[in-house]
Amino acid sequence: MTFLRATLAVITKDLAGELRSRELLSAMLVFAVTVILIFNFALELDVKTRGTVTAGVLWVTFAFAGSLGLNRSMAIEKDRGCMDGLLLAPVDRSAIYFGKMIGNLLFMLLVEAIVLPLYSILYNINLFQGGFLGVVFLGSLGYVSVGTLLATMTIQTRTRDVLLPILLFPLAIPVIIAAVKASMGYLQGLEAESIRPWLNLLLVYDTVFIAIAFMVFDFVVEE
Amino acid sequence: MQTKPKALTYLDIFTATVFLASVGMVFFYAPMEAVMGNVQRVFYFHVAVGWVGMLSFFVAAIAGVLYLRSKDRKWDMVAQAAVEIGIVFTFLNIVTGSIWARPIWNTWWTWDPRLTTATIMELIYFAYLMLRQGIEDPERRARFGAVYVILGFVSVPLTFFSARLFRTIHPVVIGTNQPGAEGQFDMTPKMLQTFLFSLFTFTFVFIDLMWHRLRLGRFAEQVEQLKLKLSL
Amino acid sequence: MIVVRKLVKRFGLKAVLRGLDFNVEAGEFVALLGPNGAGKTTFLRILATLSRATLGEVSIAGFALPAQAAAVRRRLGVVTHLPLLYGDLTAEENLRFYGRLYGLDSLNKKVAEVLKLVGLFERRFDLVRTFSRGMQQRLAIGRAVLHDPEVILFDEPHTGLDQEACAMLDNVLREVAARGRTVVMTSHDLMRVSELASRFDVLSNGVIVASVKREQLQPDQLLAFYRQAVQQDSSSNPIHLAQEENQLR
Repeated sequence: MTFLRATLAVITKDLAGELRSRELLSAMLVFAVTVILIFNFALELDVKTRGTVTAGVLWVTFAFAGSLGLNRSMAIEKDRGCMDGLLLAPVDRSAIYFGKMIGNLLFMLLVEAIVLPLYSILYNINLFQGGFLGVVFLGSLGYVSVGTLLATMTIQTRTRDVLLPILLFPLAIPVIIAAVKASMGYLQGLEAESIRPWLNLLLVYDTVFIAIAFMVFDFVVEE
Repeated sequence: MQTKPKALTYLDIFTATVFLASVGMVFFYAPMEAVMGNVQRVFYFHVAVGWVGMLSFFVAAIAGVLYLRSKDRKWDMVAQAAVEIGIVFTFLNIVTGSIWARPIWNTWWTWDPRLTTATIMELIYFAYLMLRQGIEDPERRARFGAVYVILGFVSVPLTFFSARLFRTIHPVVIGTNQPGAEGQFDMTPKMLQTFLFSLFTFTFVFIDLMWHRLRLGRFAEQVEQLKLKLSL
Repeated sequence: MIVVRKLVKRFGLKAVLRGLDFNVEAGEFVALLGPNGAGKTTFLRILATLSRATLGEVSIAGFALPAQAAAVRRRLGVVTHLPLLYGDLTAEENLRFYGRLYGLDSLNKKVAEVLKLVGLFERRFDLVRTFSRGMQQRLAIGRAVLHDPEVILFDEPHTGLDQEACAMLDNVLREVAARGRTVVMTSHDLMRVSELASRFDVLSNGVIVASVKREQLQPDQLLAFYRQAVQQDSSSNPIHLAQEENQLR
């Protein structure tokens, strides 16, 4: 009960602050759109290539924008010493982790909710299929679950924001690959049988890393 | 400062001897493979250094868990030593693999799951060293290092699995074979003996290097301590 | 209220606290004085449950650290030199957020009360980002006392404040102390604390080297007391002492 209340308090706090400043979301969004534009010229997204590279373009965009958001979200906790404020409260440390993680997930999903229709319109591809949206959710979940844990660490280092992508990307490779392949499967209308292994990998990744983060978060915040 | 322990000297001599012996075995005892010729001899050390790489990262992950449980700095030193050794040997693994792949696959490099995984593994452990470099407080450095080394080790099988879902051309010499692999061969008894002896040898190379590295770490700590005493 | 026995804290090989003993009775207002690098902040962070002791025992309000940290946190208010506030939230939202983390009832009433206590009720709908340093520091005190803690820890609350802001802060501090709370405050501003605290302890080289009650001391004797305490301790290092004296003037 207290766990849930604390988690909710952290999430609503992050949302309220963000709704006011819109610093994080606007940065992520502008960045995401820019990346897609760059891809447009770099890959010549004509009708033929579009089908095969759309999933890759989208996930690279989400991953980059996501790491931007993770950095910002933890910087907010560090700037005026707020992390200490959270740790001083009589709540479970993992409640803080889940609060920050779910907040980050919401931001990432929000950015995706804007980027996907935009991409659909720009390239005339229907991205709104149940299976594909499920993959977007599972992939983002896995990404922010590791990302939140790592950002909590990197924010306490000397090199701060530079370090996050270096630590995060190699660990996130399985989730990115699985998300790209599963997305591609749905967008190309492959049968469920060939997509299933990738979905399983996504589920395993999400479960394993949320469980580990839950276990080790204490060590990342406590001296 | 203590002198070098006798046991370590013996281990050095033993390791050097078996190393020379296994080099001898690779070149003179093991027969030449019929199809691939002499380049196949790379295989013995290629697998052995790969084994040391995996063993190192495994040891590092265990040391990470032990550090978080005990907060004993000794385990942090073990993790760091193991990662450093693992990086070097995984690199050797990739290089020897390339030497073999050039004539057999007709390319230095291919995006095979094992090659991809080995490379990503290198990146993870380079990131580990960079993380350590970014933290001044030794206690925090040890704590964050332990967390990352555990995360890294857990992600390796997932990386391998995800890369494997793509088609592979890497031969599986031990265990079941799969169609489509290029450069496949069956080991004769002499080859198997050479191969097992190489694994044995490199395991000792690993233990010997670990010991030296940990001793070096202890010396570095003593130097720090002396510096601290002088500054007071 | 606070019992500390043989506390040792090491960072790597360097010992910052070396077997420190410290006792505070309920209702005392202890000023913790000492030169820079003496370990004041480290010590306060251990009391605040933010850092763990390497060796030794710490207990607050009868609960041992770190085993019963959650129980201690409930009874503890902490003000550090950072305000621990969110710039993009209003003063009221900040307090409400912390109130929810502590699981407080009748939050609206308590938040309004605290805002009046620290003199920010009129500014309650303004973003903390727009506040001056002094106002942020006062709101930080409000945040620390919102859950009505038994023990309050202040780490250099006057840092970076001008005279006027300091005076307002002192009023709030007096108000808090008058409620019978146990307070520990670190500072190197002797003039300020001489009027606030009921006891003065000197922390030097990782241990408490001297302690005196306010009634045992004339206000103008505090500087002499402090100098003597530090001098005895660092007699082997005259340069160090000279720097400290400069700082005090």
